[in-house]
Amino acid sequence: MAIGETNVPLTALPLKPKQPWMKLFFGDVFSSFLTILSILIVISLLPGLNWALFNATWPGGTPEACRDGGACWAFVGAKSRLILFGLYPPEHQWRATLVIVLIIAMVLASLSPRMWGNKLIMLWGAGIALMLILMGGGLLGLDTVPTSKWGGLPVVLMLAVLSLGMGFPIAVLLALGRRGSLPVARAVCTFIIELVRGLPLVGLLFVAAILLPLFLPPDWTIDKLGRTLAALTIFSSAYLAEVVRGGLQGLDKGQGEAAQALGIPYWKVIWHIILPQAIQNVIPPLTNTAIVMVKNTSLVLIVGIFDMLSAARSAATDPTWPAPSTEGYLFVALIYFAICVSISIYARHLENGVRARSHS
Amino acid sequence: MTPQSNAIEVRALNKFYGEFHALKSIGFQVEQGERVVICGPSGSGKSTLIRCLNRLEIHQSGFVSVQGIELGDDLRNLDAVRREAGMVFQHFNLFPHITVLQNCSLPQTLSRGTKRNDAETKAREMLSRVHILDQADKFPGQLSGGQQQRVAIARALCMEPKIMLFDEPTSALDPEMIREVLETMIDLATGGMTMVVVTHEMGFAREVADRVVYMEAGEIVESAPPATFFKTQKDQRTKRFLSRILS
Repeated sequence: MAIGETNVPLTALPLKPKQPWMKLFFGDVFSSFLTILSILIVISLLPGLNWALFNATWPGGTPEACRDGGACWAFVGAKSRLILFGLYPPEHQWRATLVIVLIIAMVLASLSPRMWGNKLIMLWGAGIALMLILMGGGLLGLDTVPTSKWGGLPVVLMLAVLSLGMGFPIAVLLALGRRGSLPVARAVCTFIIELVRGLPLVGLLFVAAILLPLFLPPDWTIDKLGRTLAALTIFSSAYLAEVVRGGLQGLDKGQGEAAQALGIPYWKVIWHIILPQAIQNVIPPLTNTAIVMVKNTSLVLIVGIFDMLSAARSAATDPTWPAPSTEGYLFVALIYFAICVSISIYARHLENGVRARSHS
Repeated sequence: MTPQSNAIEVRALNKFYGEFHALKSIGFQVEQGERVVICGPSGSGKSTLIRCLNRLEIHQSGFVSVQGIELGDDLRNLDAVRREAGMVFQHFNLFPHITVLQNCSLPQTLSRGTKRNDAETKAREMLSRVHILDQADKFPGQLSGGQQQRVAIARALCMEPKIMLFDEPTSALDPEMIREVLETMIDLATGGMTMVVVTHEMGFAREVADRVVYMEAGEIVESAPPATFFKTQKDQRTKRFLSRILS
């Protein structure tokens, strides 16, 4: 363990766990610089930690205890129902909770590639119908809850899952159309993709939620939540289409030819041979789009959907609590972070699976 | 349309890539059970010709029929022809996202609606015929080139074709793997399969072919049984080609 062993190239130093720690942290000018910088960053974070942990008032505490200056997690505890479920009637809250559980369970069930197939699609169809019945009621003896009362996490999850889930098949059609040999279809698909990608999501949401009803006949009442979902779906499909197109482009044309030569019909070639491979090739950008779409759901507050962010904002207006908006937003941020990190971890796991199969 | 008709019947076939005249009024017949080797320099149109036989290339004019079924714009005919004629490619083109066994069973399910169990039984049978059953549960990327090409042959055989088309099946292989693929093809030929093989393996042509066809610049220059073909060439171009690749 002598420090004098210096034949190792400097760039390899941080990767060698057996190096003495002094050499690891201060081996050369650059690593010394990074070490000192890290220490400074940690020190600068200490007051924040103090605020968030040591001086904090934990759930169960009173508004008065919160006036001492630490983080007021007691507020988050008291308002968690409002943030998680919005204006959903408290006596029916079990239904919204069940929807969250159902979505998480279905997502977990869909994780393993072994599950992918027609059965899973049918399962999702049934699951979504069940979710809508649970949330909306009016069937099976459940009281009706109008969508204007829906809010919080169930709405965020439903918007994210449905906009991605319904956007994907549209995206596949757009991508195939844009790459296809029919000039009209190609022009139409290219136009739609470029148009939607050229619009900001906020603008699209405004058009769907506020402008669209003005142009439609008065007796056409499409639900506002439905219109918002449609806007998100169109948006995600345009972005997914380009990701899928990238995957298609990276595919050897021999794959399609071999499948055709075996007499497999066109759509089955696409579904069983081309798409699975195209998607495997674009897992990183697909993950990217999925994460962006999850986070985009927080924008629906501008058209008046009572999502978690709106709920946190309205919770903060409660005068009994001393200005606790930061804690509420941090709580919402934490939920989004947990969802997005889970997506990343899952995507990495999928990629490892693909890599394990491609080479010995 | 009689059952006794030629396995393959091509008359006055023309194919253009833009301005380039790839096939110039080709006439070409293959009898049932006949084994034909097509050779020629690169760019001579031999791959294009074989790809016109199952319409991976669309010809501009002329008549192509396979097992008495005319290849035209009728899509039902096309599917029928593709079931009659199996194809093996230079670059194997196995489906990398599914196992070797699934590569052989899935196409049966997708193209003819065969039940999964039956398809897998058939797949195992064909994999053992090309001596590669022990690799059935691996993915194509885990196999050597020669093994992959044998799987590709098994995959085509699973569709129970009457004709097998080979498009340079050994050109992408390392030399030590060429033999195993050729042996599989020889087995197939001995079994009485009608075969059209585009290849530069003149040893295979000599051993197996009933007829060798030489193509150059989009035309069939010479067509003769191997014994004649390798001994006396009628055309100077054939002579030149053979002297170049046999030296």
